[in-house]
Amino acid sequence: MPQVANIAVSILFDGLAYAMFLFITSVGLSVTMGLMGFVNLAHGAFAMAGGYVVVTLTRTYGVGFVPSLVIAAVVVGAVSVVFERVLYRRLYKSTDLEQVLLTIGLAFMAIATATYLYGPIPKSVPLPEWLQGDVNLGFRYFPSYRAFLIVLGAVLIAVLWYAFERTNIGAKIRAAVDNRRMAESVGINVDRLFTLTFAVGSGLAALGGGLAIQLLGLSPSFAVLYLVLFLIVVAVGGLGSLKGTLLAALVLGIFDTGGKYLLADAGGFFVYAVTVVVLLIKPAGFYGRE
Amino acid sequence: MAASDTIGGTPRQRATDYLLRRHRFRMAEALPWLIAIAVFFIFPTRMTFGSQVLVMVMFALSLDLILGYAGIVTLGHAAFFGVGAYTVGLAAARLDWTEPISGLFAAAIAAGLVGFVTGWFLLRYRGLTLLMLTLATAILLQETGNLRSDISGGYDGLPGLTFKPLLGVFDYDLYGHTNYLYALTVLAIIFFFVRRIVYSPFGQALTGIRENVRRMHAIGSPVHRRLVTVYTIAAAIAGVAGALFTQTNAYVTLTVFDFDNSAKVMVMLILGGTGRLYGAFVGAAVYMVLEDYFSKLSPTFWQFGIGLMLVLAVLFAPRGILGLFERIGDCLAERKRS
Repeated sequence: MPQVANIAVSILFDGLAYAMFLFITSVGLSVTMGLMGFVNLAHGAFAMAGGYVVVTLTRTYGVGFVPSLVIAAVVVGAVSVVFERVLYRRLYKSTDLEQVLLTIGLAFMAIATATYLYGPIPKSVPLPEWLQGDVNLGFRYFPSYRAFLIVLGAVLIAVLWYAFERTNIGAKIRAAVDNRRMAESVGINVDRLFTLTFAVGSGLAALGGGLAIQLLGLSPSFAVLYLVLFLIVVAVGGLGSLKGTLLAALVLGIFDTGGKYLLADAGGFFVYAVTVVVLLIKPAGFYGRE
Repeated sequence: MAASDTIGGTPRQRATDYLLRRHRFRMAEALPWLIAIAVFFIFPTRMTFGSQVLVMVMFALSLDLILGYAGIVTLGHAAFFGVGAYTVGLAAARLDWTEPISGLFAAAIAAGLVGFVTGWFLLRYRGLTLLMLTLATAILLQETGNLRSDISGGYDGLPGLTFKPLLGVFDYDLYGHTNYLYALTVLAIIFFFVRRIVYSPFGQALTGIRENVRRMHAIGSPVHRRLVTVYTIAAAIAGVAGALFTQTNAYVTLTVFDFDNSAKVMVMLILGGTGRLYGAFVGAAVYMVLEDYFSKLSPTFWQFGIGLMLVLAVLFAPRGILGLFERIGDCLAERKRS
């Protein structure tokens, strides 16, 4: 295969895997922000918590990697409900600023707790045999872990799409994102709906955090470091839009990977440049409502 | 307020009276300055730290102008601090321009220019979009610096900068006495400038925009122009703070653009109280002293502490330490009356 095509395929493949990670982690944030307009800067902390649950389960208790991911998602999802009921709900009607401050405070506390418990050094997880090495796709080899990410991402997209577009609850969520007061007045319990989506979103973030250990490395600063990226995906995609989040994750994932392949020095430059351009043209993101 | 209703006169005159009365100095306002001077004599060995506090007060004050008065929520205020810091740093390291006071002006102009250009584009947006755009601005500047690390020194920064003596007379001493007085003087000048702005009709218009943008549009106030103006001024002041930071530390690294720096200054301001001028003083001083003490004990513990402080502040003291005192004062006055 010619060199250029080879690099292009690599960028697309890695970018796709990265995009899937971004999508899985950010989608919950997008829906909860669309529902309540709540600026949740602690979302990255939930992802980080998921990552550390996976680390503990696999390293200390010898649970397999994939079961650990599932357990982490369930545990963090359940714990997030407590936060939502006790802290977040008090601030639904507050200003952006107060929400930013509360959640960034939570993120700082989460980072400190993680540093205390696990130390500042990045952690790794033991992967099962079938996720190590490369997989042959006929015309060339690809890293199996990234292939696994892409497949998992595709499955989750299908499930979420079905839940969003074809189920009763999905219809209610869409109605509430479109017009919350109208949805409430026809008898939809938006409050409870929010708790549910918050739990699912945080659970997915935890899953993303678990997946990130191998992809990006997991240290306590994860909570803030990648938070910016999740927020960008949400802002670029448009609040509360599944389609938008997916498109934003793909664009940003592929641009970032491409940028790092072709111009290693420029680092994160591309992601932010793309973000600024998109938001200047479409302030509400790809599929957001102005 | 009650007094102005009984005095009478034309509405215009009443408005002028109101503004003048608010602008008048109160005795209590001398307090922070007296403390700052007292600190100079009580802790002569901690002057380097003292200068840091003054720099952060100035930085927080510039944020108060846009966040506290105009209600612009930004996550990228460090961008202007960084531009100011690097203007002075690069001028000294690459162009051999080491005169400190002209450096401050250059920093103010450079940061103000960046503030004007970004503000012009970004202040049309609100909410999450604005948060993300301001954040992206700071990171883009940082990445640009990193891209040209041959000029900026990258994350290693520009170490060991030297500056000419102040006004050509006062040289810098080991304990930073000159730096402290220098920073205090600059802060005082900037503070009185900011105070004037806040109590001017322009400042009133900003408060109006914060409280109700639609109504300000409706009464014909040029909202966007006002916002861009105040954003530019705040950027210039943040730039001066950044320049002082470089001059008093004699080094600068790209971490000045960090998200942490933007978050930190916001925490200081919130802690002290927004929209009340002296909130910046109280917040920055309390934060810096606590940080200095606790981060020596345990950085992890300190980070947990800031987080907890923020959560508690939002839940129980949304108007900061000064607001809390005010409320306690009100309660006491109430009790005395009854």
